[in-house]
Amino acid sequence: MIWDEEIECMSKEDMEELQLKRLQDVVTTAFNKVPYYHKRYSEAEVYPEDIETLADIEKLPFTTKTDLRASYPFGLFAVPQKDIIEIHTSSGTTGKPTVSGYTEEDIDIWGEVMARGLTMMGVDENDIIQNTHGYGLFTGGFGVHYGGQKIGATVVPISTGQTLRQIELMRDFQTSMLIFTPSYGLHIAEEIKSMGIEPEDLNLKVIGFGSESWTDEMRKQIEEKFQTPAYNIYGLTEIMGPGVAMECEDQNGLHLYEDHFYPEIIDPNTMKQLPENSQGELVLTTLTRVGMPLIRFRTRDVTKIHHEKCSCGRTLVKMDKISGRTDDMLKIKGVSVFPSQIEKALLSIKGVEPHYQIILTRPDVLDQIEVKVEASPDIFFDNVKELVGIRDKLAQAIHDEIGLRVNVTLVEPKTIDRVESGKAVRVIDKRNE
Amino acid sequence: MADEYVDQLSIFLENKEGRLFNTLDVIEELNINIRALSIADTSEFGILRLIVTDPLRVKEKLEEKNFIVKITKVLAVAINDEPGGLNKVLKVLDDNNINLEYLYAFVEQKTYNAIVILRLENMEEGLKILKEGNSNIISSEEIYSM
Repeated sequence: MIWDEEIECMSKEDMEELQLKRLQDVVTTAFNKVPYYHKRYSEAEVYPEDIETLADIEKLPFTTKTDLRASYPFGLFAVPQKDIIEIHTSSGTTGKPTVSGYTEEDIDIWGEVMARGLTMMGVDENDIIQNTHGYGLFTGGFGVHYGGQKIGATVVPISTGQTLRQIELMRDFQTSMLIFTPSYGLHIAEEIKSMGIEPEDLNLKVIGFGSESWTDEMRKQIEEKFQTPAYNIYGLTEIMGPGVAMECEDQNGLHLYEDHFYPEIIDPNTMKQLPENSQGELVLTTLTRVGMPLIRFRTRDVTKIHHEKCSCGRTLVKMDKISGRTDDMLKIKGVSVFPSQIEKALLSIKGVEPHYQIILTRPDVLDQIEVKVEASPDIFFDNVKELVGIRDKLAQAIHDEIGLRVNVTLVEPKTIDRVESGKAVRVIDKRNE
Repeated sequence: MADEYVDQLSIFLENKEGRLFNTLDVIEELNINIRALSIADTSEFGILRLIVTDPLRVKEKLEEKNFIVKITKVLAVAINDEPGGLNKVLKVLDDNNINLEYLYAFVEQKTYNAIVILRLENMEEGLKILKEGNSNIISSEEIYSM
């Protein structure tokens, strides 16, 4: 089923016409209502009337997380605070959090885009959605909640943690959809297994996962462990939250709701737009956001976008899964490495669990990479030669992927920190200690 | 019929302070005797090999504590505690091209016989050859009740 067929299957020409009109409106509002944009655009000598085509968006300056922090807390609101009905923030682990404000209309659009995505995954009013995303300042919980209610499903707002209770409710309520971050999902799977519960004892028919980096191999593991398809949900707090783009049954890229979020791909070095199908940094513009319009926001997420008619019938632009972050990118011995590449290499070997940690050191002048990987029964043999063989095979797979030599260490199960909440610590950089 | 193969526990250990102690501690709590023990290690990790009187219970308990444990079939052969005793057994294997993966030995208290634990590349063939060579194969029941 398609939630909003008119929009989701719209021709490219009609979509561009709609986008241009909305872009002109949002730039005008931002310029007139938000001092930040007024100042930036005046300095750059670019004005709303200069936007005559979609290509003209390139004339506008970018907005970054730093700009958001400088406007902390409410500096980017385009409406009086009385019209803002909800606020979320990013985690603020790297400084002041960034604030996201929503009017009633914004919340409605948020529910609407999530409703499209949930429908795309085959969920409807008959389903019970167990939402393990945290409810609070984090957008994950509420985004799924609004979308779930919009389609009339039954939402169980359990949040992250209390894993045993999660499993108990999954069984008692016969939860049909589970929402989680991949690392928390794998944690739930481990617990389910240790409780001796089989996937057949549960009534799961679909999983939605997001707000963390993941690999295809990780998805495969999730699907195997829960015996159900799992679809990716993409979003970010600054733009709205989850629901910016979501995967359909095809599992081959995410449909980006381009009637609300206008995407560009840029080269993070030259800051110029790249053509379709080129890998670069995703830049998003909110086309309909009332409370806090963001224009040309640099997401730092690395992906590509492309137009094609999807096998699911939708014509919305598709983006690939995020392959890394421009700010997660590790520079090791001068080579750019994404943690996701190392994960991909590890999981290419059968039986390896996605529990790993990358430790960077600089004993003298050269960078050293150690990758700790938890051993599992599948890769444990009563034979030192075979164990060393597995370790070397892992190191070789990583070398093939990133072109650098690494030391792989096999460690005992469950010795690498798990996440009961939040995100797994994948990289420990001790090079400047 | 007595089982001629003995169940050995093979346990993955990080080469880290306290790991061996932690493992043996779990077994002590169960009040189960360790008949023989051997460690194969590299600088980072090792394999702890144990012959215990109740391998299944120990395996279950260790797995509960997140250890990786596998059961490996090994052979126990009693040899006369005299010079050349072990060599005789090894010669039979060598003559028949049976490769040895590893071995370790312990002395049985009642008879003062040495007992050698053998892991062979081809266990079935090895057992046949040893029996033909009149080696004194100790069954799992005997080992557990020693």
